[in-house]
Amino acid sequence: MKKQLLSGNEAIARGAFEAGITFASGYPGTPSTEIMETFAKYKGVYAEWAPNEKVGLETAIGAALVNIDAMAVMKHVGVNVAADPLFTVSYTGIEGALVIITADDPSLHSSQNEQDNRNYAKFAKIPMLEPANSQEAKDFVKLAVAISRQFDTPVFLRTTTRLSHSKAPVLIEERISEEAKREVRQAAITFDTAKYVMVPANARVRRGEVEKRSALLREFAETFPENIMEINDTKVGIITAGVPYEYAKAAFPDYSYLKLGMVYPLPEKLIREFAQRVEKLYIVEELDPFLEEQIKAWGITVIGKEVFPARGEFDPGIIVKGIAGSSEAASVLPTIPARPPNMCPGCPHRGLFYALKKSGKVFVNGDIGCYTLSFLKPLEGLHSCICMGASVSMAHGMSKALGAAGKGKVVAVIGDSTFLHSGITPLLNMVYNKSNVLVIICDNRTTAMTGMQEHPATGFTLQGEKTRAVDFVALAKALGVDNVSIVDPYNLEETQAAIKAGLASDSVSLIVSHRACVLFKRAGETAKPALQVDGDKCTGCRVCLSLGCPALAWRDFAGMPAEEIKRNTKKQEGRVFIETSLCNGCSICQQICKFAAIG
Amino acid sequence: MNDITSVLLAGVGGQGVLRASDILAEALLEAGYDIKKSEVHGMAQRGGSVTSFVRFGKKVYSPTAAKGSAAILLSFEKMEALRYLDYLMPGGRVLISDEEVNPPACSLGLAKYPSAVDEFISAVTKDIEHIPAVAIALEAGNIRAANTVLLGALSPFLPVSTEIWEKTLRHSFPERLFALNWQAFILGRGQSD
Repeated sequence: MKKQLLSGNEAIARGAFEAGITFASGYPGTPSTEIMETFAKYKGVYAEWAPNEKVGLETAIGAALVNIDAMAVMKHVGVNVAADPLFTVSYTGIEGALVIITADDPSLHSSQNEQDNRNYAKFAKIPMLEPANSQEAKDFVKLAVAISRQFDTPVFLRTTTRLSHSKAPVLIEERISEEAKREVRQAAITFDTAKYVMVPANARVRRGEVEKRSALLREFAETFPENIMEINDTKVGIITAGVPYEYAKAAFPDYSYLKLGMVYPLPEKLIREFAQRVEKLYIVEELDPFLEEQIKAWGITVIGKEVFPARGEFDPGIIVKGIAGSSEAASVLPTIPARPPNMCPGCPHRGLFYALKKSGKVFVNGDIGCYTLSFLKPLEGLHSCICMGASVSMAHGMSKALGAAGKGKVVAVIGDSTFLHSGITPLLNMVYNKSNVLVIICDNRTTAMTGMQEHPATGFTLQGEKTRAVDFVALAKALGVDNVSIVDPYNLEETQAAIKAGLASDSVSLIVSHRACVLFKRAGETAKPALQVDGDKCTGCRVCLSLGCPALAWRDFAGMPAEEIKRNTKKQEGRVFIETSLCNGCSICQQICKFAAIG
Repeated sequence: MNDITSVLLAGVGGQGVLRASDILAEALLEAGYDIKKSEVHGMAQRGGSVTSFVRFGKKVYSPTAAKGSAAILLSFEKMEALRYLDYLMPGGRVLISDEEVNPPACSLGLAKYPSAVDEFISAVTKDIEHIPAVAIALEAGNIRAANTVLLGALSPFLPVSTEIWEKTLRHSFPERLFALNWQAFILGRGQSD
């Protein structure tokens, strides 16, 4: 049978399909996004983007309650949003199967923190599987479905960025047959209020069931086939799970290993047995000493965070350093300019943040999306970014705390998808509890940062069906915001005027900064021609460079051939060029050039 | 880490680094190796730094390599070769495109694009090959085939037959783009032979 190169995410989606999962809900979030995108393309499955992860998990719970095998998909901080239903579905259980994918991000490649979601398994008393490579990522989804049904519990499957985005060969298998599915997976409504209505009297009974289930799962862990003891050289034993297993095997292939496929609950007897068979015992785990603390609590001597980092992802070099104590060769790198990600040429957010900057000294509460990149020099456009939706809530808190002193000084900037995720409720709060803030929705018509996904205001579902599109203006008015306007951020004059009016207002104002993301091409949108800088007019004032557009480049006259140098002022040191292959023709630089040198 | 070869591809978002590493991985899989490739994307489209490890051998565990263990560094952009030089093994091979893409600091005139790239690299290895990938891609017919040119330049140093390369490239591109990319690959390969 042929193997295919699949990323961890593609493998999880394939595993869900092969396992007979037919329902998935979630919200985009690196490194999880491709799981839903891949799964949605399979025939015979339902997959949706929910506005946020709480809705996503609750939706999946609903499906699982009618005997369907369902999946909820989110990044690590998304579980925070979904935590409310998470803790209680642990008590109720479901009828079908419920698999919850948590995609963690050690080293914070793309997140605001690197929280270790293994802790959620222990906290919510839910079992968690952790695959180490793409093949296991596929296989473990099937195991998760089986465990979910066998023990009437939601089951976590944990991946990390490195697993999600690495590719390795995977054996593609058949989907569970229709007959097998029909036998157990007919959708059907079950009435069981004692199980599903969690008033205290019922919840106390279910609490007892959780304890019983936990004991059964601990016993199950002892013989779980993916908890694997490899006895080789017993001088050193390594207990590990997930991708760190691969790093450790690459570094020390000959030591003995206890590879845990289930990281919660832990198999105490198996771990004790392994500890007795080796001389020196290490725990190789990224982030928190999650395994280490539980194992030490049993009185077993292990070495973990004493020698391994408590932050960031590992690599084979870190394993070698921890166990063999060798140090890395000194870096040979010279200091070279950083290359951070930047807003694209023609990004509509650039016009908005430039206009905002020109409006005076305001505190801009930012949120999560492409517009977060405006914080970089030279725009330096936002001053806080904590989590999804926080921009609006924090701006409200600031405004109330500052009182009159805050008038015209506090702004919230939030993306279209982020606003629908968790910006509506704090906007409601602003009106209800009467603060005075300018809120700007960066409406670029898509969930951009994660790769152009649909959301409730785009008019299309994840699986490509046409649907209702939220009208932000009507929504804001319905919430009680009186001052609502729409601007085109490519039009600096219009945008600046709206911002000025918003800052001068005595109540909540909302601006919808409406212009599609440049990377996002729905049929029918034509590209604008690239602009150029006229060397006969450019004075080298560098004002256009304050936009930070990647298509604009400064060149010193020093080092340019004499025939190409044209000084339009005496002290001119150089001039700006526009990179034709990058320029999008948005014309924002043209609007701010005082010398009409761009056209 | 025995008997595993690590190739590190590096470049700038938009240059087709990850596409190239996908094709490389498919070719190696077709040639019968166990392989793992890593990448960090998302930031890539926005002009950020992009890297991908492709590791192959009889049995590969780790998708990433420790510093100082990559046999080959294939850099799609001049400066990026410097940024990841730490991962090259002493005496390893560097294949470096001559394309220069200014990061924001250089575009703004706040920093200078490093000029002594070769000097720094030769502190670690003398095995440096420059490839005019953009010029060759234009010769083949399209600037966007520069990444295929670089795969061609890499190919003589890998245990993959020409037949397998051709099969993989045929699989990786729609029919109308195969001829151009195969031409780019052959021209790139000609640089290294």
